[in-house]
Amino acid sequence: MSEQTVTIYKRMKDLPSTRLLGAGTPMCAGCGGLQAVHEIYDILGEKTVFVNAAGCMTLLAVYPFTPFRGSWLYTSMASAPAGAQGVRDALDILLAKQRIKQEQDLDVVVLTGDGAAYGMGLSSTSSAIERGLDFIYVCYDNEGYGNTGQQTSAATPHGARTSTSTDARGFGGFKKDLFAIWAAHRPAYVATVIGSEPLDLARKIEKAKAMKGPRLIIALSPCPTGWDFDPMESAEIGHLAVKTGVWPLKEYENGQVTHTKVPSEWLPVEEYLKKQGRFAHLFKPQRNKALISEIQTRVDAYWAEVERA
Amino acid sequence: MTRALITGNQAAAWGARLARADYMPAFPITPQTEIIETLAGWIDSGEMDCRMVMMESEHSMITAAGAAAATGVRVFTATSSQGLMYAMEMIYGVPGMRAPFVLVNVSRGLQTPVTLEPDHTDVLAARDSGFLQIHCATCQEVLDQTLIAYRLAEHHRVRLPVIVNLDGFYLSFTREPVEIPDPAAVDRFLPGFDPETTRFRAGEPLSQGVVVLGSTPYSYFRYETHLAALQGLPAYAEIAADFAAQFGREYGALETYRSDDAEWVLFIMGSFATKAKDAVDRMREAGWKVGLVRPRLLRPFPDEPLRQVLAGKRGVAVVDQNLSMGKGGVLHSELASVLYGQLDAPPILASFIGGLGGRDIAPEEFYEMIQVLHRAAEEGKPPPPRLLFTGDELREVRKLQAIAHAERTEGLK
Ligand SMILES: Cc1ncc(C[n+]2csc(CCOP(=O)(O)OP(=O)(O)O)c2C)c(N)n1
Ligand code: SF4
Ligand SMILES: [Mg+2]
Repeated sequence: MSEQTVTIYKRMKDLPSTRLLGAGTPMCAGCGGLQAVHEIYDILGEKTVFVNAAGCMTLLAVYPFTPFRGSWLYTSMASAPAGAQGVRDALDILLAKQRIKQEQDLDVVVLTGDGAAYGMGLSSTSSAIERGLDFIYVCYDNEGYGNTGQQTSAATPHGARTSTSTDARGFGGFKKDLFAIWAAHRPAYVATVIGSEPLDLARKIEKAKAMKGPRLIIALSPCPTGWDFDPMESAEIGHLAVKTGVWPLKEYENGQVTHTKVPSEWLPVEEYLKKQGRFAHLFKPQRNKALISEIQTRVDAYWAEVERA
Repeated sequence: MTRALITGNQAAAWGARLARADYMPAFPITPQTEIIETLAGWIDSGEMDCRMVMMESEHSMITAAGAAAATGVRVFTATSSQGLMYAMEMIYGVPGMRAPFVLVNVSRGLQTPVTLEPDHTDVLAARDSGFLQIHCATCQEVLDQTLIAYRLAEHHRVRLPVIVNLDGFYLSFTREPVEIPDPAAVDRFLPGFDPETTRFRAGEPLSQGVVVLGSTPYSYFRYETHLAALQGLPAYAEIAADFAAQFGREYGALETYRSDDAEWVLFIMGSFATKAKDAVDRMREAGWKVGLVRPRLLRPFPDEPLRQVLAGKRGVAVVDQNLSMGKGGVLHSELASVLYGQLDAPPILASFIGGLGGRDIAPEEFYEMIQVLHRAAEEGKPPPPRLLFTGDELREVRKLQAIAHAERTEGLK
């Protein structure tokens, strides 16, 4: 296992009390993605340059304002990891040629949605990992093309209604396993996080920050606008995603996957589903028992396999 | 200074080497690949202190190039044809970061159908992007213009990326004697890269490529980029004069050849101008008052210099190695926009589309163009645009048309 022994984040009260990311962004109220970005930024700090792909978070930096104390580079929907490559390589060249000092160096952090991470940007991410790029990738996963109105993406879960999957069954496909795809590249680190579990998140970001090489984070991001729930439920839905086993919190390191939060007892998935308008058709006008149990079976099968391993 | 017999691709590589490019994101494509292979060889042998990264696409390559330039290193990269098209989102994206670098494009036609052979359709698709464009006619010019391009891109009043274009095959794979300047002399002409305030550093927060809300800030940034591109004209003149003073080779924004007293002018871009100059000499021997004008700068377009050199001419034949579907030759439209409404503009401006997909242009065809201008002037009627074909080629095209027609009508039965 890793040489990482003690975390400075043992209890909730160890978490940073300062808020580095400025307020007043145009993200929706209750945005689970913004919550995760807040928490991540508090740990990564201002010696960072965020390299962004098209999505909701692109609207964080709207001329002439930015909530970041450090730097920001918007690239395109597909090529944020390539932008990170250019920045990292340039900083390394400047350091090697002694044109900048060590303390002027920056951590390079890619920030994209699931649409970019699971789809259009997957080729550039795969290549950045394969080249061993020293960077952190943060994917806030709201399970759809949120910025364009929550169309189905490769991260949309089975049965969810989106603006392009509107019939009684919702989306017929399955969420792509990006964690496994990333881990198959054998990068330094891969982890799943969620803003509603700030301690688990903080430990993982702390760990990633201390490492070199490709470090990739997927943050499930409850999205009131796209998932259709009241913004005040955002953290609760995040908790339920973990307690029902829908969103496994885990990390990959040295060829090993470890689950970082395994409750002794699972809540049924419908506790998570029924809170969200995008799954309302599973309960109304009639209960779609078959589909609910199909979703439950899949979650159970996942954890059964975890137990066997 | 040494003299060597090298290809246009090798000349481009020499330009990057002498410019001491720090960084080269790369991706292979014919006919450009020899450039990155040559540079890779020098990097591997330790002759060049540059970091090369093989990207997975040109879209990523241009993203990395822009990002690295915006971080503060001198960047070189190269592509052709489909590669340029694949990168197009970022070709339009990076100039607004105002981070200078040099992209060599080895021009080649675009699909469909697929071709490896040269024309200018690829590079003209980047015309409105914010990249400045320099077009070369010889291998020597490729090397020299790469050096000039860095000065232009990095000029304080410009700060935009620059494309240096050379024609695939006709220049990329043609060996010509080239003077390779001494590194020390190049260092005097082109000092180390100064990123000015465009750079990512801890403690100096900077936001790049951000969103604007509303049309006013959008127009402001686009207008500023346009103004910077226009500043490229005086900046280029200044840099070219400097280059001539140091290396003795003149590169005005326009190359003019026997055009001062000419009545008829060929207007042509790229390496075919060398063939056209030969045709001009022969027509001069036959007593025709013919000259040639070749734009080296396509962006910024040298409007005023063109008006001056073409004022009072009787006719201009524009040779386009491209075809804008549903319109015609791009250079023809560009020149028309410069000349229209000028009191002493040439009354005849004829369009010839030639050299598509590697097609050669024979000397006789240049003579014929001048004849067309003559006849048009006598008849007082502008000639229609022409796609250049020899008799044999036309017969071949007619045959293909006939077969296609027959198959289409047969198919209906
Ligand atoms: C090349 C390209 N195609 C399409 C778009 C339009 N677009 C902007 S944001 C977006 C959705 C991105 O989805 P995701 O990565 O999940 O981020 P989210 O919007 O959910 O935050 C799309 C499709 C674009 N900006 N660029
Ligand atoms: S649409 Fe969803 S992800 Fe986007 S800002 Fe709103 S809540 Fe956040
Ligand atoms: Mg999304």
